[in-house]
Amino acid sequence: MSVREADKRVLRTPFYSRASELCQTNLWSPWKAYTTVDCYSYVEEEYFAIRNATGVFDLTPMIKYRISGPDGLAYLDKLMTRKMSKLTPGRVMYSAWCNDLGHVLDDGTVFHLEENLWRLCSAERHMDWLQATALGFDVEIEDETDDVVGLAVQGPTSCQTLKAMNLSCVENLKPFQHMSFDFEGTKLMVSRTGFTGDLGYELWVPSEYAEKLWDTLFEAGKAFGILPIGSHALDIVRIEAGFIQAEVDFVPALNVVRAGRGRSPFELGLDWLVHFDKPVFNGRRALLKEKEEGSRYRFVRLDIEGNKPASDSFIYNSKKDIVGHITSATWSPSAKKNIALGSVEMPWGRLGDELYAEIYYNRELKWNRLMARCHVVEGAFFDPPRRRETPPLDY
Amino acid sequence: MKKYDAIVIGAGHNGLTNAAYLAKSGMDVLVVEKNPWIGGASVSRSLHEGWTYSNCSYVCSLFRPEIYRDLELARHGLQVIPYEGGLTFMQDGDYFGNYSDHERHHRELARHSKRDANAYDRFSADVSRQTRLIRPFLMRTPPDPTSFKPADVMELVHMLKTYWDLGEDILYDTMRFWTMSVGDFLDEYFESDVIKAHMAGSGIIGTALGIYSPGTAYVLLHHYMGDVDGSIGSWGFARGGMGSIAKALAGSFQSFGGEIMTDAGVDKILVKNGETKGVVLENGDEHYADIVVSNLDPKRTFLKIMDENDLPPDVVKKAKNFKIRGSSGKLNISLDGMPTFRGIEKGHELLKADFHFIDSMERMERAYDDWKNGTWSKDPYVDTLIPTQVDPTMAPPGKHMMTVFVQYCPPKVNGEEWTDELRDEFGQTVINQIAEYSPDFKDLILHAEIRTPRELENEVGLTEGNIFQGELTMDQLLFNRPFPGYAQYRGPVKGMYMSGSGTHPGGGVMGAPGVNSAREILSDLSRKNVTPEAFSDE
Repeated sequence: MSVREADKRVLRTPFYSRASELCQTNLWSPWKAYTTVDCYSYVEEEYFAIRNATGVFDLTPMIKYRISGPDGLAYLDKLMTRKMSKLTPGRVMYSAWCNDLGHVLDDGTVFHLEENLWRLCSAERHMDWLQATALGFDVEIEDETDDVVGLAVQGPTSCQTLKAMNLSCVENLKPFQHMSFDFEGTKLMVSRTGFTGDLGYELWVPSEYAEKLWDTLFEAGKAFGILPIGSHALDIVRIEAGFIQAEVDFVPALNVVRAGRGRSPFELGLDWLVHFDKPVFNGRRALLKEKEEGSRYRFVRLDIEGNKPASDSFIYNSKKDIVGHITSATWSPSAKKNIALGSVEMPWGRLGDELYAEIYYNRELKWNRLMARCHVVEGAFFDPPRRRETPPLDY
Repeated sequence: MKKYDAIVIGAGHNGLTNAAYLAKSGMDVLVVEKNPWIGGASVSRSLHEGWTYSNCSYVCSLFRPEIYRDLELARHGLQVIPYEGGLTFMQDGDYFGNYSDHERHHRELARHSKRDANAYDRFSADVSRQTRLIRPFLMRTPPDPTSFKPADVMELVHMLKTYWDLGEDILYDTMRFWTMSVGDFLDEYFESDVIKAHMAGSGIIGTALGIYSPGTAYVLLHHYMGDVDGSIGSWGFARGGMGSIAKALAGSFQSFGGEIMTDAGVDKILVKNGETKGVVLENGDEHYADIVVSNLDPKRTFLKIMDENDLPPDVVKKAKNFKIRGSSGKLNISLDGMPTFRGIEKGHELLKADFHFIDSMERMERAYDDWKNGTWSKDPYVDTLIPTQVDPTMAPPGKHMMTVFVQYCPPKVNGEEWTDELRDEFGQTVINQIAEYSPDFKDLILHAEIRTPRELENEVGLTEGNIFQGELTMDQLLFNRPFPGYAQYRGPVKGMYMSGSGTHPGGGVMGAPGVNSAREILSDLSRKNVTPEAFSDE
């Protein structure tokens, strides 16, 4: 008896042959259509590859749409809450997009590849919404998730690694810019983007060049401490960077069943992505109303006393009322802090508010409970200057 | 001349920790350091262009996370990166590897002994019980068992209660554990010689005792009680070398307005009418403060920079008798590439951590015999690491830096002072041992810094080059450290304090003596306690 390949629940990414060779733990988890590595060796080791050297993460399962046509920019401007007019060829922009209730469907990055050609990378699938918004625009939208593969190459020695791949002038790439290089008869796109809040790049090629890209990259990175990283290590760095993740820190509006579970950009700390000075965009009316009347929730980044991660904790105010909950939590090995992201009811979560996380933790099958003081902080928990430096220093 | 609120002598990690907390509480603090650089034994220097060494201490685990967080050392540039792995090379061409993953480690142990593989779980649980017992006391001042002061009585009761709560069986184990030898301790669990030899190293590092000398089991515990990011017993590299710890501490100290003076060796602590008044530097300059904290070891503090006439005879006697014997040496080596090691492929994960070349308890003990006979071990126990496999900042890309800690190396050779020739001969002994297991090792050496107790004493200021500022045996631990009656960081003269590793809880790059001492000073001055509370393991 055997299961037909087409009946396998999750697929192997084009990097599978390489990833499985390097995976000591043999621990994998499904991510969208694909199986991906949780942890290759030790989470700590992979975490520090990102913060100390170079960590490489397989981005294949990220949803990618190819958007083309003369109306592309106008279309994106309607779709996104952020003004896209500055998105010129060679640039990348991060934005959120909303439904008519002003609730976030997803957040992601848009690459302006060349004249009249864009790529949208997102966590969730959105073809239905993208097509619906396209009414009246001369654009074409294709799902290219399986055709294009990406590797995130992140960390203080990532630029040196790319230089060792002979990608000339890659060091001049500024954050949210991309450029292309000839690579083995195809085009390799390199963007200075990432999900780590560190110096880092993402490398994109057609899927059939995946293994070649992996091999070239790892050979180049040998002297720079390159290591593949799994999703567990990535999760720690993205929380340190203060980045939200769909289905973890918010429910994508498309999936919301229960009333009130959606979140607006204001309620996810994404105010800076909402540009009312453009006349039309999806969700504008609802967001304008929210801006005037006030939001229901506030997204908070919390520095929590002690060293017990506050995963799934309730958040209390000083009167011991439940005012919210933690959505992501970890001990931060770089900030050396106990950190978390959370959602609290208005008006709580202001700087200086007295908040507590109710933390449960297990010691040899005995559960302990503790109320740990939380301090609201602004910005990333770990924000190294190299993230912005161009050209970056050597490490 | 300006008067400071406090002067701290010695810019090692404990001195800087102490100074940072005094400054954080609003005091005007000066740190004086004899060297042109700071760090004490937490120092990174470049002696060969392109390479950086961790010249003395070389790995980090004991540094208290509460201090790391509270003084915002991450913001001041400190990054401690845990490493996994480690192995002991065997004479028969095999090796014993140390895996962090439990199941993988079980398979490796079982390769040498199935019984030991299982016994390892018993060993781990027993050691965890002991670390759990001692960790909460690292950031506390030991009680004086002879005092009837409420604080002492309460702390003593707290300590006894913690011990009592363990239950009778564990209490017996604890009493034995604190006094027995690491050899006897390991013999109770393991039968494989290489497994025992691999683990016994932690019991003798920095210690002028052999694996079968009573008291060495505790030294093993001392190396197991630290943590990196909550993982107890883990060790890590400080990115950029151990000097990064001192640098970050200095940054934090300076952010509170503290002042550091280098090239400022202290000649004497000024004492007038039984109170400290400041320090006189070797260059004759005087600096004044009512609080003077010595971060130097007890011998240097009481016998070198204090006047015997200012001290009770009892303290002078105790300082003279303080056990601080030199037993270690160190090699720091610039390598032109990654050496090949016999029996294990290049780039193997086990090589990213500490490796050793003594595979039997017999050889461990013989290494100590040489020290007792007045010479360095001819077949030494070395703790070797190549941090550049992980840290990209300490050597050019593709090149490597090796740190080799050597046990044993005597303070004098056959009763004679060290000479440069003897030092080089000692270095050659170590290099030859490594070369036996690595055919290309010698050809890759570009530069080597060889340090015997003479260099450690002269440069760092550690008497006899003892890395712990005094041996970690029961007679010199807790309320006996550095000596009975003086374990609460207060010196015998009003206004004089101690903050070095010679005080509780002892050596290692820990910061705990520095923070505990600061807490006592602040309390004496009736200032608000700004030191952090220990994280609980419970």
